[in-house]
Amino acid sequence: MATKEYAGKLLELDADGNLKNISDWNEDIAKAIAVEEEIPALTERHWAVINYMRKEYSEKGDAPSIRKLTKESGVDTKELYSLFPKGPAKKAARIAGLPKPKGCI
Amino acid sequence: MNEPIKKVSIIVSKGTLDGIYPGLIMANGARMEGIEATLFFTFFGLHAVIDKKMDKIKVATVGNPAMCVPSAMGPGLPTWMGAIPGMSWFATGMMKKEMEKLDIPPVREFITMIHDAGCEIYGCKATVDMFHLSKKDFCPEVDDVISVGQFYEKSAGAQIIFT
Repeated sequence: MATKEYAGKLLELDADGNLKNISDWNEDIAKAIAVEEEIPALTERHWAVINYMRKEYSEKGDAPSIRKLTKESGVDTKELYSLFPKGPAKKAARIAGLPKPKGCI
Repeated sequence: MNEPIKKVSIIVSKGTLDGIYPGLIMANGARMEGIEATLFFTFFGLHAVIDKKMDKIKVATVGNPAMCVPSAMGPGLPTWMGAIPGMSWFATGMMKKEMEKLDIPPVREFITMIHDAGCEIYGCKATVDMFHLSKKDFCPEVDDVISVGQFYEKSAGAQIIFT
């Protein structure tokens, strides 16, 4: 099992490199993962996406589609891609401490 | 480990619902994964980006032996039944309802979403000339009408996918 230290805690990771246990997550860990994803500072807009994704995951058991995310989080497609360049859904899920999204849309 | 795909260039050549969506889903999926994407619409595929046609895309119920009712594992729809007026409209409605459940957007919304995601969208010059179309017939997301030569230039370093 792969493990890695984030924000001073040794955490278990899944095969995609995402947190294995959602309950391990906290805001400092999110910041540390974000740096690894080449996002040096998380703004209020990043948090809007991350918090929405965590809420959706806790209710539905999977990360939301990009369409749902842009409609309900208040962050539109263009902004989402500029906040999380090179793979918004995948990166935001990883920073939010969730597994890689399963959906195709 | 194999080199990850960095760029895709997707050609959409068919104007039916099932001809258009795979290309759109692949283009959107590429952008979601951080892969550069270009969409090139040619022949009847252009209907996906013609302003007056894109909201009326239908599934073909004639000449489609895989067409089954009421769902994919049901019996095949006989060709003559597929030709009954309204059949294509009905089948399209059924399919769209299933797609909405999966959060797959209608064509117009999908094209906007894909373009906002940074995918470039082009129309094929040969078809535009043949169908007597011009840039103003297209939705605003179409970046340009280009020749096959320009298409290959823009596809430099990309995997080309024909649908």
